[in-house]
Amino acid sequence: MDPARFTRVDGTTWRVEPSGTMRVPVIIYADENLIQDMDDKVLEQAANVARLPGIVQASYVMPDAHWGYGFPIGGVAAFDPDRGGVISAGGVGFDISCGVRTMLTGLSVADILPVQKQLADSLFHQIPAGVGSESAITLEAAEMEAMLARGAHWAVARGWGEMRDLERIEEQGRMAGARPDFVSDRAKERQRREMGTLGSGNHYLEVQAVAEIFDRVVADTFGLVQDGVVVTVHCGSRGLGHQIGTEFLKEMVVTAKEAGIDLPDRELACAPINSEVGQRYLGAMRAAINCALANREILGHYVRRVFAHFFPDKQLRLLFDVSHNTCKVERHLADGKRRDLFVHRKGATRAFGPEHESLPAALRPVGQPVLIGGSMGTGSYVLAGEATSEAKAFSSACHGAGRALSRHAALKQWSGRKIVDDLASQGILIRSPSTRGVAEEAPGAYKDVGAVVAAAEHAGLARSVARLRPLICVKG
Amino acid sequence: MTMSSALPTEQRRKWEHFPHDADVGLRGWGATPAEAFEQAACALMAVVTQAEVNPKIAVRLKCQAPDLELLFVEWLNAIIYEMAVRNMLFGRFLVRIENDRLEGTLWGEPVDVERHAPACEPKGATYTALRVAKDTDGRWSAACIVDV
Repeated sequence: MDPARFTRVDGTTWRVEPSGTMRVPVIIYADENLIQDMDDKVLEQAANVARLPGIVQASYVMPDAHWGYGFPIGGVAAFDPDRGGVISAGGVGFDISCGVRTMLTGLSVADILPVQKQLADSLFHQIPAGVGSESAITLEAAEMEAMLARGAHWAVARGWGEMRDLERIEEQGRMAGARPDFVSDRAKERQRREMGTLGSGNHYLEVQAVAEIFDRVVADTFGLVQDGVVVTVHCGSRGLGHQIGTEFLKEMVVTAKEAGIDLPDRELACAPINSEVGQRYLGAMRAAINCALANREILGHYVRRVFAHFFPDKQLRLLFDVSHNTCKVERHLADGKRRDLFVHRKGATRAFGPEHESLPAALRPVGQPVLIGGSMGTGSYVLAGEATSEAKAFSSACHGAGRALSRHAALKQWSGRKIVDDLASQGILIRSPSTRGVAEEAPGAYKDVGAVVAAAEHAGLARSVARLRPLICVKG
Repeated sequence: MTMSSALPTEQRRKWEHFPHDADVGLRGWGATPAEAFEQAACALMAVVTQAEVNPKIAVRLKCQAPDLELLFVEWLNAIIYEMAVRNMLFGRFLVRIENDRLEGTLWGEPVDVERHAPACEPKGATYTALRVAKDTDGRWSAACIVDV
């Protein structure tokens, strides 16, 4: 995009004032280079979001934004139910509660290197990933209901996880207000044999080393030490979330019209929060959040099992588990008043600052861990929520590097086999059922995650704590 | 109004992928909307695998939507659903459209991870870049972005 289309507020804040039927401005947090590299569609989509009823303050765009469907990926928008605010299935996306969890292993790089290859093979064989992989778990009706109502609590009760994990998962591991009865039979059928599977596309499991520490005090609190090893899992609510997204998108296209909402793009399909459809979506979407939380808890359990085989005296502790495709009710200061708002984050991470009441006591002094996935070769970041983020973007930050090239372009440019070999020569072992899938996720297809994180930090959305470099990457 | 294509889809590639920042665009062409839908289904399957998919098992499905574009999204989502719950891939498609209803047959086989080397899993068809129309050359095209 041409930065000249914006009013530059400061080095990382850019505004477009409302015009036409826009109700609020668009505010993008990014540096000039990141803006230049963004597709024009990002602004078009963010401006469309600004047209939706009941939107509060601004349609926000994070530094890793790219062209999505309906909302841009990296879009944040809050809606006030008392002012006709809407909830949008497109604003949450298909992979409801897709997110990232990072676990601390207590190991160092020197412990991993002698068994790196065996560990990579073992993780790849033990953790179902990709199309055609099979889950060891089949959920019958009663178990499905329990899982959808109780999230990670259900997984822990079934022996797939640890009680102490729960306080380090958003919503303490269980999204309240879930309505399994609002989830269709087709969505449940799609999930019946998918618990504890990683999925595919940009989903992954990585063993990572702490490569650099930027904030020693916060890193100490998080349990991150130089050359320490962590395991990060990126995945979501699998087929159940995809099906709920599909079904409500279809329904909301019709009901939005009936409610007199002029949709600038059908993909923005939405319903008033205070409507029957809106409430039904909310209940189903929350059940899908529980599905994602349970799924990541189970995957964490599988990781623990593999590590216990190699390192029987080490216990893996959860650093944190965050989601980046959600709509959550949060109390925020808007127009001088604290109000309950429905905050949509589509490819954006919640980033609560220090002293936030939802954080466990151990993390409260420093803020919420914000886990940023990079690409296979470039590494990931751990950030901490900042108090300033509330006024900037309802306590939100970026979620990843963001794609710079389409899958289509990536396939033309890279061979999966060569990427696997090149990364292996740098000490990064890739395991995937598909070399083409690897090519589509080539490191060069992503933006510079360092630039994204620097922009998020400069903008006051979150502060850098540590950089992680991959040692092993399992991709579906 | 009844529209259906005379022949099933194998061997006649009339589809393409087009780029999207994060996901992938599909487009199929045909003499009729039904044929364009069949070709787009081939494009959908090519997102997952470039290997041959043997037409061993037939699966029939029906869907309905108020207009052709919404029907196209329904069709793709119905295929995605059958792939997911049956753990199958499909290589051949036959579509019949009558007013707002579609009847389709998919031929395929269970996923064989080694042989098919599936690259990624479609999550859902979207309304983004959705267009079903008769082009100036008289051919029909059907396109949208699929989230993967």
